[in-house]
Amino acid sequence: MKKSDNNMDRRSFLQVSSLATGGMMLSFSWLAGCKFTAEEALQMPKEWFELNSYVKIGENGVTTLFAPNPEFGSNVKTSLPMLIAEELDIDWKQVIVEQGNFNPIKFNRQFTGGSQGIRNAWTPLRTAGATARMMLVNAAAQSWNVDAGEITTADGIIFHEASGKKAGYGEMASLASTFEVPKEVKLKESKDFKIIGQSKSNVDNDSITSGKPLFAMDHYVEGMLTSMIVHPPAFGMQLKSFDKSSVIQMPGIVDVFEINVFKEDYERNFFDTTSFTKKVAIVGNSTWEVMQAKKALQVQWEEMPASSYKMAGWGGRTMDISIPSGLESTKDHRAKMEALSKNPVQQMRRDGNPEKAFKEAATILERTYNAPYLSHNTMEPINCFADVKSDSAVIYGPAQAPELIMGTLENSLGISRDKIQINLARMGGGFGKRAYSHYMVEAGLISQKVQAPVKLVYSREDDITSGIYRPTYTATYRAALDKDNNLIGLHIIGGGVPENPIHANRFPAGAIDNYLAEGFQIPSNISIGAFRAPRSNFNAAAEQSFLDELAELMGKDPIDFRLELLKRVQENPVGERNDYDAKRYAGVIELVKEKSKWGDPSIKTARGVSAYFCHNSYVAEVVDIDTSNGTNRISNVTAAADCGIVVNPDAAKNMGEGGIIDGIGNALFGELTFDNGKPSKNNFNSYRMIRQQEAPKNIDVHFVENNIDPTGLGEPFFPPAFAAVANAMYKATGKRSYDHPIIKE
Amino acid sequence: MASYSISVNGKTQTVEVDPSTPLLWVLRDHLQLVGTKYGCGIAQCGACTIHVGDIAVRSCQFPISSVGNQKITTIEGLSEHGDHPVQEAWKEEDVAQCGYCQSGQIMQAAALLKSNPNPSDEDIESVMNGNICRCGTYTRIKKAIKTASKNS
Repeated sequence: MKKSDNNMDRRSFLQVSSLATGGMMLSFSWLAGCKFTAEEALQMPKEWFELNSYVKIGENGVTTLFAPNPEFGSNVKTSLPMLIAEELDIDWKQVIVEQGNFNPIKFNRQFTGGSQGIRNAWTPLRTAGATARMMLVNAAAQSWNVDAGEITTADGIIFHEASGKKAGYGEMASLASTFEVPKEVKLKESKDFKIIGQSKSNVDNDSITSGKPLFAMDHYVEGMLTSMIVHPPAFGMQLKSFDKSSVIQMPGIVDVFEINVFKEDYERNFFDTTSFTKKVAIVGNSTWEVMQAKKALQVQWEEMPASSYKMAGWGGRTMDISIPSGLESTKDHRAKMEALSKNPVQQMRRDGNPEKAFKEAATILERTYNAPYLSHNTMEPINCFADVKSDSAVIYGPAQAPELIMGTLENSLGISRDKIQINLARMGGGFGKRAYSHYMVEAGLISQKVQAPVKLVYSREDDITSGIYRPTYTATYRAALDKDNNLIGLHIIGGGVPENPIHANRFPAGAIDNYLAEGFQIPSNISIGAFRAPRSNFNAAAEQSFLDELAELMGKDPIDFRLELLKRVQENPVGERNDYDAKRYAGVIELVKEKSKWGDPSIKTARGVSAYFCHNSYVAEVVDIDTSNGTNRISNVTAAADCGIVVNPDAAKNMGEGGIIDGIGNALFGELTFDNGKPSKNNFNSYRMIRQQEAPKNIDVHFVENNIDPTGLGEPFFPPAFAAVANAMYKATGKRSYDHPIIKE
Repeated sequence: MASYSISVNGKTQTVEVDPSTPLLWVLRDHLQLVGTKYGCGIAQCGACTIHVGDIAVRSCQFPISSVGNQKITTIEGLSEHGDHPVQEAWKEEDVAQCGYCQSGQIMQAAALLKSNPNPSDEDIESVMNGNICRCGTYTRIKKAIKTASKNS
């Protein structure tokens, strides 16, 4: 058995236990309105006993597990409690899952993003389950006067074989809850897993399919007002003035005023991104009435001067952020990126003598890839509920990173953090956008001003045009081949507005003797943010398209070519900073080769392959396009992934399917451009999203089986899909696409 | 402002609203039937899909003044116990990721099966094309509709 130190703050466990009847009840009371059909099917206990922050057990054995991380569709609300349940050794049918509210003392890392949910919870949450189990075992040992080491458990039952005694967890929960938390617990070997590795369906399925309120958008309380904001129509502009009298007499309108998201000189937190800090808030009795006032409001805008602010970076350092003035356009971005590609300023990695290799090359292949800004377009638009009183606040909203907005809420509302309660709503998608929770501050300020509970709702147009986009990028790839067709040099120049995308130490770095990676960035006032697999989503598209074309030029099969390069890395790597495992990388390519029947002459589709490593997981994908009837419909996608142990297999496949469809959709259609600072699109009639008729007809997702501690899946399926579909489109049409989206309107 | 009595999920409800108010906001803001979602407001995403009679309608573009005597069904009224064959199939195939669009998808699928109990892949793709799923659960949606078709 593996041993695990109880590395969670021991004091916090005890604190929580002491709150078991008082404080905890407070945090449950607002959940009392949520009735789940699955819960109703279980007989509710009369009394609950809390064993730690994650586990409470009723006298009848029914067990509540707390899902610590906010759920945005990656299944953490189901999969994380599975980790606790495994070590608790409970029957999953007796489990109720509740969303934990934001509480950094009680819960480990309440952040959803970076595909880190399972990876970071793997040891802490299993430890929480094992700790609770140990306390139940110790309680039984004391009650029966036997040695705890002779006690076994299974499916929520405690056994002592020698005496024939047995008891349900519920019978021992009361006594166990009075015990000290064990300092050290044993975790199961993976071969003994009974829940991890078995598909468990989404714990919110009943609520989702019957329309129960799950999202902050669905939150209504007595006396609640609705608010919308009006922000500048273009980046580079700011609020000059507005005429309250133009709308205040309209039906249902309560107030119109200006809000400032940040106080003057506030050092912002890492995720405090917003392009527009001053906005007009309109508050009224109903959404439709506020929408009418929003259309009628007379507002004057003016050009914004250049500005700067301080922002906390990772590791405690402070960054100075400069925001230029001006009204930017896509054509200017493209021209600047093209110019700087010829003169990049940042050297990121150099191996061997790339200049010499290119000088001596018999053939050089050079290709430039460009990609536009992308808007996240979560189906649930930005929104947040806030109820701010004179010295306390309740915020209920969709947030991937509640911890990172707490300091800003505290500062902007002037209320100390111990008086601010952030409750975590299920999110109608996130994809990175909801890590930037400026709307929580906005809702709080609005509620504070009108002294009433308020729900802030962004219209779809507000959601798309208010910023925080995937940046626009460019990358030029140059390959040098000698006269014998050997790849002797690779040169990558990448840049973007405002961010350089290049990961210089990723594949194919390490496979090529002479290698140079350079980059640049261009300042901008158009705000950007994390977008599902940040930077990787572009790098994978460019690099994997280039490798496909390079293999073709070299007369090699694109899969064999990648495997050759990875073999080189395994046997004799160039450099020491290669940040991937070449064997695992090759493993997914081999698996997708087998599962897709790559090379089978009976397959008549146009096929494209792509593989990428990011967020600690490896994924390879083959896209098949049916060219038989002229529609070029994607008939099939085969994917192979290595994320270590797969916790919830069917949910993992669902994540894979979704990531693939999202990648294909964004590669084919995703695009936001700007003209004089104004976004070119503001709703789904102009911003094209992948739909049922364009989605692959079938997707097969396979996993490499191994015993490696699990890594994430929310992001890794997404980046390779861009080039897999691009490479297949090339086979179907004979035309390569260097400028995404592939399909232009 | 005007007074409207409308039939929603078998119950007559009276609301005082502006005649231009879309049924979406009447359902959500005034009747607290929040299963019907706001996604785009311009009938492009399908998140607000309800039934007017047996027909799937985008409630964000359907003003209260057009309802008249027609019977409205929302996701909350699709079945009494959340066990309509389409709802059951959605659980069986574990369709949802974030779940936000799914009530609209389910309402669209239920209307499809009512008019066409055995749809082909092409029928499903064509009828479901107006419903966006940003998480990309399209292959599971199609599978669930086939499962529901078999089981109903």
